[in-house]
Amino acid sequence: MSKLTPVLSANWDQADSFTIEGYKRSGGYKAIKSALEKTPDEVIQLVKDSGLRGRGGAGFPTGMKWGFIPQGDNKEHYLVVNADESEPGTCKDMPLLMANPHVLVEGIIIGSYAIRANHAFIYIRGEVAHVVRRVQEAIAEAYKAGFLGKNILGKGFDLDLTLHVGAGAYICGEETALLDSLEGFRGQPRLRPPFPAIAGLYARPTVVNNVESIASVPSIINNGVEWFQSMGTEKSKGYTLYSLSGHVANPGQFEAPLGITLRELLELAGGIRPGHQIKFWTPGGSSTPMFTAEHLDVPLDYEGVGAAGSMLGTKALQIFDETTCVVRAALRWTEFYKHESCGKCTPCREGTWWLVQMLHDLEDGKGSEEDLAKLLDLCDNIAGRSFCALADGAVAPIISSLKYFRDEYLAHQKNGGCPFDPMKSTKFEMAGI
Amino acid sequence: MAFTSEQEAIMDSIVARYPRKRSAIMPLLHYVQSISGYVTPEGIEKISEKIEVATAEVTAVSTFYTQYKSEPVGEYHVGVCINTLCAVMGGDEIYDSVSKHLGIENGETTKDGKVSLERIECNAACDYAPVVMVNWEFFDNQTPASVNQLVDAARAGNPPAPTRGPKSLRTWKQNSEVLAGLSDGLAGEGVSAGEPSKLGLKISREGGAK
Amino acid sequence: MSTEQLTEVEMITCVIDGFEVTVPKGTLVIRAAEKLGIQIPRFCDHPLLSPAGACRQCLVDVEINGRAFPKPQASCTIPVETGMIVKTQLTSPVADKAQKGIMELLLINHPLDCPVCDKGGECPLQNQAMSNGRESSRYEGKKRTYDKPVAISTQVLLDRERCVLCARCTRFSEEIAGDPFITLNERGALQQVGIYEKDPFQSYFSGNTVQICPVGALTGASYRFRARPFDLVSVDSACEHCASGCAMRTDIRRGKTLRRLAGNDASVNEEWNCDKGRWAFKYLTTRERVSTPMVRGEDGELHEASWPEAIAAAAAGLKGKRAGVLVGGRVTREDAYGYSKFARVALGTNDIDFRARPHTDEETSFLSSIALDLKTTYADLDKADHVVLVEFEPEEESPIVFLRLYKQSRKRSLKVSTTAARISRGNHKLGAVRVALSSVSDLTAKSVILVGERAAESAGALSTAVALAEKSGAKLAWIPRRAGERGALEMGAISTLLPGGRPVSDASARVDLAAAWGVDSLPTTPGRTTSEILEALNKEDELEAVLVGGVDPMDISADALSQLLNTFVVSLEISHSSVTAIADVVLPVAAVVEKRGSFADWQGSVHSFDKAQADALSRSDVRILTMLSEAMGKSINLPTVSATEREIASLGKWDGAKINFAPIASGSAPHAEGNHANLTSWRLLLDLGTLQEGEANLAGTARIARAHISSKRAGDLGVANGDLVKVSNDRGSLTLPVVIIDIADDSIWVPRNSLNSQVIPTLGFSSGIVTVVKA
Repeated sequence: MSKLTPVLSANWDQADSFTIEGYKRSGGYKAIKSALEKTPDEVIQLVKDSGLRGRGGAGFPTGMKWGFIPQGDNKEHYLVVNADESEPGTCKDMPLLMANPHVLVEGIIIGSYAIRANHAFIYIRGEVAHVVRRVQEAIAEAYKAGFLGKNILGKGFDLDLTLHVGAGAYICGEETALLDSLEGFRGQPRLRPPFPAIAGLYARPTVVNNVESIASVPSIINNGVEWFQSMGTEKSKGYTLYSLSGHVANPGQFEAPLGITLRELLELAGGIRPGHQIKFWTPGGSSTPMFTAEHLDVPLDYEGVGAAGSMLGTKALQIFDETTCVVRAALRWTEFYKHESCGKCTPCREGTWWLVQMLHDLEDGKGSEEDLAKLLDLCDNIAGRSFCALADGAVAPIISSLKYFRDEYLAHQKNGGCPFDPMKSTKFEMAGI
Repeated sequence: MAFTSEQEAIMDSIVARYPRKRSAIMPLLHYVQSISGYVTPEGIEKISEKIEVATAEVTAVSTFYTQYKSEPVGEYHVGVCINTLCAVMGGDEIYDSVSKHLGIENGETTKDGKVSLERIECNAACDYAPVVMVNWEFFDNQTPASVNQLVDAARAGNPPAPTRGPKSLRTWKQNSEVLAGLSDGLAGEGVSAGEPSKLGLKISREGGAK
Repeated sequence: MSTEQLTEVEMITCVIDGFEVTVPKGTLVIRAAEKLGIQIPRFCDHPLLSPAGACRQCLVDVEINGRAFPKPQASCTIPVETGMIVKTQLTSPVADKAQKGIMELLLINHPLDCPVCDKGGECPLQNQAMSNGRESSRYEGKKRTYDKPVAISTQVLLDRERCVLCARCTRFSEEIAGDPFITLNERGALQQVGIYEKDPFQSYFSGNTVQICPVGALTGASYRFRARPFDLVSVDSACEHCASGCAMRTDIRRGKTLRRLAGNDASVNEEWNCDKGRWAFKYLTTRERVSTPMVRGEDGELHEASWPEAIAAAAAGLKGKRAGVLVGGRVTREDAYGYSKFARVALGTNDIDFRARPHTDEETSFLSSIALDLKTTYADLDKADHVVLVEFEPEEESPIVFLRLYKQSRKRSLKVSTTAARISRGNHKLGAVRVALSSVSDLTAKSVILVGERAAESAGALSTAVALAEKSGAKLAWIPRRAGERGALEMGAISTLLPGGRPVSDASARVDLAAAWGVDSLPTTPGRTTSEILEALNKEDELEAVLVGGVDPMDISADALSQLLNTFVVSLEISHSSVTAIADVVLPVAAVVEKRGSFADWQGSVHSFDKAQADALSRSDVRILTMLSEAMGKSINLPTVSATEREIASLGKWDGAKINFAPIASGSAPHAEGNHANLTSWRLLLDLGTLQEGEANLAGTARIARAHISSKRAGDLGVANGDLVKVSNDRGSLTLPVVIIDIADDSIWVPRNSLNSQVIPTLGFSSGIVTVVKA
């Protein structure tokens, strides 16, 4: 018996899974009926009891986040779904929204009902036209079916849902930058406090949740707290999407209980590509410190990964084999963070600019042992000094790669350049093209 | 150029989606791109007028986001993912190959205005690496040869269909309209999910790992 | 801080670097440290701007009740809490390293061109790099370069390489001025300050961004490469332009004013000023100065003369003659006192008036009875529940009043109403709505009615405003446009009042003052107003001579200059003007920077200033008037400004009976039909005003003159925005592009004294019926 637990992905092999008919056929829009029978507070309590934690990276308990919204304050409340999936390696929300957008819409209706919001937004990244089409159409279908709009299911609950399409800015995945972007400003993070639960969108109480977190809610309503709690580990309950990419025989999406290990997932994915060995991998996207073969049995839940020195993040498992130069990998990620730094604060803006130059020199064999010390000192001057967590993520691949592969950095100097043949790590090499 | 009354009405409908006008700035910028192919001065001035903010503030927003272009791009805008995973899996080779093939660099457009090239960051399709986006449609599991063929076909006016997307590739302007939140009726086209997306489900249905 | 506030605010005690400090709740750590004398380095932080936390230079170690923050915190964004222990760079190696690390990062892309940078020597980056930076940089890469400088307006230049992206300038423009014309553009390492290419940084307050820029990224075009800070002598001064009352700093090098900056006065301008106050000081050097006394000879020409010669000529022309005194609205209090005393003692007349502008008997009554007792202040604006603007445009006519209103508008959506014919840009920013004064009914004791000098142009407006204030308990304030008017009124430079508010009509007030002045009696005949003086000059048996201070006749009326032609004129002036051209005797006087003195702002607060150009030889008006009075044998005995100050202080204010205000009924605006229109106007802040001469960079940011008409009129005329119209009457015409706005269909608005739109000289009035046709 497989350890896999397809819930959100259970209908993805249906040709019409993204339509309202397809969704309903697989049990869709039942959860809103039972949710709207309950009081909003009961729904919040249910989600709290389930132990569902944020699937966007930080792992904050979803029900608790909902509970922070002040009630009876006579202000508008907003639910904003973060569908700005942009962390390198992360590729779960886009296939989910392409194949099953209605599960998100249903989750939004339930979440909005719980926090007493009458307007919800989906902030989706802009570089995915077809996913935008699917979500847009799902919203239109939901309106037509009476699941959105006025007096939903005759329960006196009104909800409007607006799809907001981004335009290429990783930082908008940070919830306060996302809110600024949604308000029509540059997507730069805001000072906290005030936190969004008190003053979020338009300075009104706002919940910002990841796509997968909200999409998980209908299943909890349908199947109950016990069902959800039966999966996962002590503090990391439920199922989640793990995304395997890179040098594995069969990359793809795997929905499994929290706490599964990479060794188990690799077995399902057919292992590392034939003839090669795992060298390093990220547990949850590029900003989570990298792991190596010694971490194959780390339970992939919030606590397990944290205890091993990284973060569960988005469960974006990017696998690299021995053909991959870790200096090149670190440089590319650093270039990404430089490209995506919003520019607001000094350490991130100037630090990533400098780091890229140093890593370029190191890759070209122009760096010395002293430069590695300087590199680490620079990371120390950036990490924990910046306005938001972007810069912390930026230095994570550098610090962790130096921890495990210091000699490889030095080998570039000895070799007078990169000792690796980039062609060997390509997929064409793998396919023998 | 002036905007038609129909276009103005669409802009007004975009503004009406939001509790506050200013929120409409991003879809309006996408919409301007759907008309002109890039963010024109006329577009900035019109948006400034529609949402009642200074032109400087519209500029501040439009220059923050990489999808908004200050100069015209090609009818087919080719983005090669060069973030770590795609780069390692072959994105670098694809970029070098297609850049040489077209004779243009990052941020440039072919003289015929048909194809432009951009090094892009992660596009949330890592299990399909190496990935190329054309007008923000997925072209999965690409090779240098496949991308060269793709751009040749695009220049000839006969681009291939995206791997996961509509049956035929839409132009940059047409897809900008989608990003502005305007339906083109093509959501029903294409697969529900690609094979890697369904892998876990498939294994689960088969009842085991091996 | 008042005791009232002390009891209201909760106080918090925390420990910084081992020292306890007690501050009001909400105080930021960086400010609490300042209170202890601990300077934490900073760039983006500014006490009057919202916290940004952007530069990260002010990182400190913080623990609260024994729980340490895992990483250093920006002291500019974190408020103190009870039980908080803060360690700055002085006691925490972590904070010290964090700060040095940030400084190193700030400098990697900075050009380090301090030797050629205007900011060098007074630069927070330079200073703090020395005090809180590493000894040397470890950066070996290439620096980011940009084209420079970029003129973001005619008066502000941007050097992006020097910019540390602290966002002070952009926050100022948005939060304080409400002019978000400069923004942060692009992203990441390419983020940069910029404008929309077609819309320059034309804010009336743009100069403040130059002043608060912590590096040399924003510089003033007029000062660029002119001086090094260490060669300048800085003198505290007061602004001579409007009645806002800004504290200023004047920087002098070798007897020449090189620049002026906003000074700090928390109760008035905080740390801001307007661009006119900052940059309009070249008037002093632009026109030819009157450098020596001059006397008109028998040949009809002015000839240079010695002081004794000129004083004798002036005295001969005035002694024993029926003469009036036109003071102008730009005098210091001390000079105004001199004119006032000169009129009464040397000329024996009450024919004196400071109003070089349209005025009425209703206004004279208002000024004589109520104006000096008004106690309204900026603080009342901060607390107001509703502010009514009566013929007053804050942004154009008293810009600091505008900033205060905008602050409250932004903070708490302060309700603002205006009687203006149209909503100006400034009033649009305030969210002001148009009202008819007679229909305002919801005022409370917390409301404020701000009456401008143009209320005198609208019959009954002052009367209605006074009645409204009395009925509702609302506070009333009179805000003239010019810096000297309130002081001149207090000093009795008006026909109805003697210094200190003593009514001319009150015998005991006259006796009181005559005793103080050591004269037998003071004139009892009621005096003439400005327009009456001018008319009397051309009437048989009325006035024979006139003494004119700094007055531009065209500000009074189109005919004023010609009315001065056939009489004996003594002109006290700094530069050659239309008055000196016709005067019989011209006596040079000191400009503001050349003398000591004071201005009273609209609140009545007095702002004293010392001579900024220490070696200037010119003398204040009051000194010249004393010489003249002595030559006439009736000395006013005010040999110096200091002596004048002492005499003013010893006289004190009148506490006897006051004149009663005589209200009048409201008139109605003339009705206009067809292609006729009722023209209204006011002056824009930046226009053709005399004191703005010689500063082309400033003039480049003035708003373009446009005729404002309703869409109905535009339709009738067949014009669209930008098309030209001709606005005319039997005296002349203006041709201006139109802008279609919300204004009464029978009205038209044009700027009063702008390029292509000088209403008074062209049309002969400031408001009235004109004909409007398509040009």
